[in-house]
Amino acid sequence: MTHASNEIAGIPGVYGTPVDNHAPCTRHRVDHMGWITVCDVLEQGRADLMGLWADASEVHMALFVQSERIAVVSISVEGGEYPSVSRRHLPSLRLERAIADLFGHKPVGMPDPRPWLDHGRWPGKRRSTKPAQPYVFLPTKGEGVHQIPVGPVHAGIIEPGHFRFTANGETIVRLEERLGYTHKGVESLMEGADLDRGARICGRVCGDSTVAYAIAYARAAEAALGLEVPERAHALRGVMAELERIANHIGDIGAICNDAAFVLMLAHCGALRERTLRAADAAFGHRLMMDRVMPGGVRADLTPRGEDAIAELLIRFDAELPRLMELYDDTASIKERTSTTGILSADLARRFAAGGVVGRASGRDFDARRDLAYPPYDRLDFTVPQINSGDVNARVWLRFEELWQSISLIRQIVADLPPGPIACGIPTQIGEIREGCGVAEGFRGDVFVWLRLDTDTRILRCHPRDPSWFQWPLLEAAIEDNIVADFPICNKSFNCSYSGPDL
Amino acid sequence: MRTLIARSLFSKPLTVPAPTADEASCRDVAAALNHRARQRLGRSLAIRAIDAGSCNGCELEMHALNNAFYDLERFGLRFVASPRHADVLMVTGPVTWNMREAVERTFAATPAPKWVVAVGECACTGGIFAGSYACVGAVEAVLPVDLRIPGCPPTPTAMLQGLLALLAPTKPVATG
Repeated sequence: MTHASNEIAGIPGVYGTPVDNHAPCTRHRVDHMGWITVCDVLEQGRADLMGLWADASEVHMALFVQSERIAVVSISVEGGEYPSVSRRHLPSLRLERAIADLFGHKPVGMPDPRPWLDHGRWPGKRRSTKPAQPYVFLPTKGEGVHQIPVGPVHAGIIEPGHFRFTANGETIVRLEERLGYTHKGVESLMEGADLDRGARICGRVCGDSTVAYAIAYARAAEAALGLEVPERAHALRGVMAELERIANHIGDIGAICNDAAFVLMLAHCGALRERTLRAADAAFGHRLMMDRVMPGGVRADLTPRGEDAIAELLIRFDAELPRLMELYDDTASIKERTSTTGILSADLARRFAAGGVVGRASGRDFDARRDLAYPPYDRLDFTVPQINSGDVNARVWLRFEELWQSISLIRQIVADLPPGPIACGIPTQIGEIREGCGVAEGFRGDVFVWLRLDTDTRILRCHPRDPSWFQWPLLEAAIEDNIVADFPICNKSFNCSYSGPDL
Repeated sequence: MRTLIARSLFSKPLTVPAPTADEASCRDVAAALNHRARQRLGRSLAIRAIDAGSCNGCELEMHALNNAFYDLERFGLRFVASPRHADVLMVTGPVTWNMREAVERTFAATPAPKWVVAVGECACTGGIFAGSYACVGAVEAVLPVDLRIPGCPPTPTAMLQGLLALLAPTKPVATG
């Protein structure tokens, strides 16, 4: 079926041809000019980049546009090329480099043509691979500057990545990240998988956000298939998502303080995190709640025992969290390390559409739970805390504030848990190709998943976009002019994912 | 801060009783380890974690070993910052091709005698990522593995049970 070109909802002045069977929004195919106009819209700040990915013949872009909705536009790759987005809007650069590595599409005019995920080491089973060449880091010149290479194997129990510091004495003048070490080929593994296997893979793109990924994936599948998910399933997803947020936020607060040698905080936060994981285990049968959310609903219902475990956990937070906030706020030695350290400017946070704590601690007022209101959040009462100072202290304090919101959200959900089934049936034959996208607010920010299913609901293409894609580059900016010794607390206060964006 | 510390001093410790070493792990380890190496290292082992492409799930649970509930250090086990200080390498993930060289070099930088523990489903078998163009697969495809702790991710208790097998007394094994 052919359609007439029409104006894309939320992006005035941009016209495209609607593509069939894409939900919940329409996907539009745009021409060369339309694509460039969309890039300009991004750079002018009239829309936020939500994702940029490709398949064999097209490059797709998701945007968060006016009137709080998502728009998806696509451009056909002609002769292996398409107009570079990062040429006009730099935050898309690493996504574009990844597309070039995985699909070979050449972004014309891309300012940095170096590979990103492809380190020249894949044995070339299906993707073309470039011969291993030494990676050229950006040059730094100046009197007295020296380089400090760190990683990929780091000193702590953390994920692998390489940091190249250029320092002048103690002061960092440039940080350049090189990631991709944990590239597992998840998108390729999902091709041809059924929905269930896809959910298990998607839940392991980034293990600390497994619930958020599973919800975004499920929502994409449900949009594509037009499923009505039972209310109870939505509610239980909300409980899991907030438990995941609590576990990660409290763990991060402890870890940030530990990186400034304030071990007392880590000890207390570590114990609270453990209690959170135990409550999750009691309630849903897995400490990280992996494989509990699936397309159509959830796999585990909340038992009375689980309900008690969660209630007990929240009572403990009520008692202990104020003490920990006081401990943090009243200890000058830790505040001295976190205040005015690693400042991320509001302008950069906005341009990069940084999600999560990183964005909200630098004045970017966005939370997918509110701004793309999805169940169960559309019927719950909560606020989105926001701070403008953008330093490590802001990112610590915001985590405390968000913990209170999550605690309140869980209480609201559990107090009014809808009865009924926890999953709906899923068709196995749909007779046509369908596409869908979904978003879920994880503890790091908005996780976006795009899905294309074939006639018997097998995955043709799935792209999960981690929030860290738009946060990692900002760490490079925030660390400038800080001392090398403050890198760990800056890095931990961002707590970007490696595995998520490495795919 | 004072009240918080005082409260901690007078409250019961959170630490759970030590689990018993996993029997299967004990057998694996006894077969893999030379009695003399054990004597030399005694009951104190320094552990270096290597993420070889994990999803970060195993790392989170490895972190938990340090919290007050599991308190790894009471067993003489501790995480160290450099492979040069390590006796044990705990490797997670399906060994991505992009990490392979770093894994091999970390192993080479670890002084003998040394043991390799594959932690988690991916490290044991390649897990859900087995067969990907970007993954080598199980850790044993790259390094000699002495102990496997399966699970996705293994619970801290499972990790503790596996690690305790490294410390369990063994009979001298005749070496040829």
